[in-house]
Amino acid sequence: MWEALHYEFLRNAIFCGILVGVICAVVGTLVVVNRVVFLCGGIAHAAYGGIGIAIYLGISPYIGATIFTLIMAIVMGVISLKNRERSDTIIGVIWALGMALGILFVDLSPGYQKDLMAYLFGSILSISINDLFFISIVTALIILTVSIFYKEFLAMSFDEEFCKVIGLPVTSFYLILMVMISLSVVILIKMVGLILIIALLSIPPYISERFTTSISKMMILSAILSIIFILVGLWISYRVDISASATIILVAGTGFLLTLIIERSRLQFKW
Amino acid sequence: MSKNGLAIEIEDLWFSIEGRVILKDINLKIRKGDFLGIIGPNGGGKTTLLKIMLGLLKPQRGTIRILGDNPQKVSHRLGYVPQDTDFNRRFPISVMEMVLMGRMFHSRLGRRYKRDDRLKVEKILKQTGIWNLRDMPLGKLSGGQRQRAFIARALVSDPEILFLDEPTSHTDLDFEMGLYEILNEFNKRMTIVIITHDIGVISSYVKSVACLNRELIYHSHKEITKEMMEMAYRCPVELVAHGIPHRVLKSHRKD
Repeated sequence: MWEALHYEFLRNAIFCGILVGVICAVVGTLVVVNRVVFLCGGIAHAAYGGIGIAIYLGISPYIGATIFTLIMAIVMGVISLKNRERSDTIIGVIWALGMALGILFVDLSPGYQKDLMAYLFGSILSISINDLFFISIVTALIILTVSIFYKEFLAMSFDEEFCKVIGLPVTSFYLILMVMISLSVVILIKMVGLILIIALLSIPPYISERFTTSISKMMILSAILSIIFILVGLWISYRVDISASATIILVAGTGFLLTLIIERSRLQFKW
Repeated sequence: MSKNGLAIEIEDLWFSIEGRVILKDINLKIRKGDFLGIIGPNGGGKTTLLKIMLGLLKPQRGTIRILGDNPQKVSHRLGYVPQDTDFNRRFPISVMEMVLMGRMFHSRLGRRYKRDDRLKVEKILKQTGIWNLRDMPLGKLSGGQRQRAFIARALVSDPEILFLDEPTSHTDLDFEMGLYEILNEFNKRMTIVIITHDIGVISSYVKSVACLNRELIYHSHKEITKEMMEMAYRCPVELVAHGIPHRVLKSHRKD
């Protein structure tokens, strides 16, 4: 299998996989404990609107997606803070509207758009050095932010109401979380595509939550799991010559099912 | 220090949600050092009133002063034990980490908790009797132990007023008695406001009683009057009178 490493695109894919594994672990853990998995799905799909507009305007789709997801994430974040009871409905609406907008703008754009599938299902094998540079910066920023404000994020995630009483700027931290989610979403669109993002953000933290007693440990275990899922998925897809992103998600899904089965049998047979 | 020594001053306060009146013309003055029990039926607005006092909700009409100031300005000087401590059971967090959150205001943004914070937490955990559970995952605690952990979190910030919303709803009698002993001890240093269903226990510990069912009746001494009971429950009530443990008052008729 080592001969594969001679290919630059595979080396880039592996390096990207490791960085993305770390992003998924840190942001995904906050997403799972704050119960905003659905909101992430909304941001990921609404991003397609940004891609469509960018194609129409003739600018880089990833820049379009970044700007658009940042705006959508903050809008959804504010709505979900203000109106908890119906936030799922509103997120669902923005989810669909974003996609519709994307489809419409792509239709209006001149010429045939052959790369659309890449945004839906990712293209980890076409990660360039420039992409890696951007991903490294985002990874560093996310790790820095979360480690500096660890106790604030922990408190906000655990008990928002209490944080308001003691005067923590909950809204600001929530919006910082939204920004981190949108940056992760843009990177993940490049790697696994917008449809499969939720799986990578939620499965590793979900599994880790069962075996850890603090969110820092949950992040570390999630990082290990994400990197294993991504690299195993990449390796299988290379050997069998199938779609990398779908394979990665299926490997993660298998891990998820195994955890459920192990947990059930543990309860049943009490070991 | 507010100049008149009042912990809570509420005048002509109204609160409604989507046109439905939840609180109607509430007036209440509570001295510092008081131990107020608020009773009343479910849906009577008890938790809403508490959240207004904590600055989490804003009334549409009337004035409210906590420690002589706007609730939102002084909320960091208040301690709060929520009604539902059973949420987030799977959240991976230890008792120690959770209680440390109470020191958040004393610790700067983006800084780790200091030795002082940990010493304070140690002291309170010992006082509330859960120091031996400090490294346990919060989700593994029993109802009473969890409740103590949340009370400890409220106490580590040295609040001037401690608010508790039905702290005994998920717990056993042993826990209740222990809890009121602890609260009695802390009442020497702080004002306490407690919402409870527990009329029997309340009358042996609290200093004053208010009854809330949209409107509020307040007695500056610990007496639950027939007037309160009628307003609060509007259905047959069995009341064990304080000091006469086995005498049950006659049920009043449904209106």
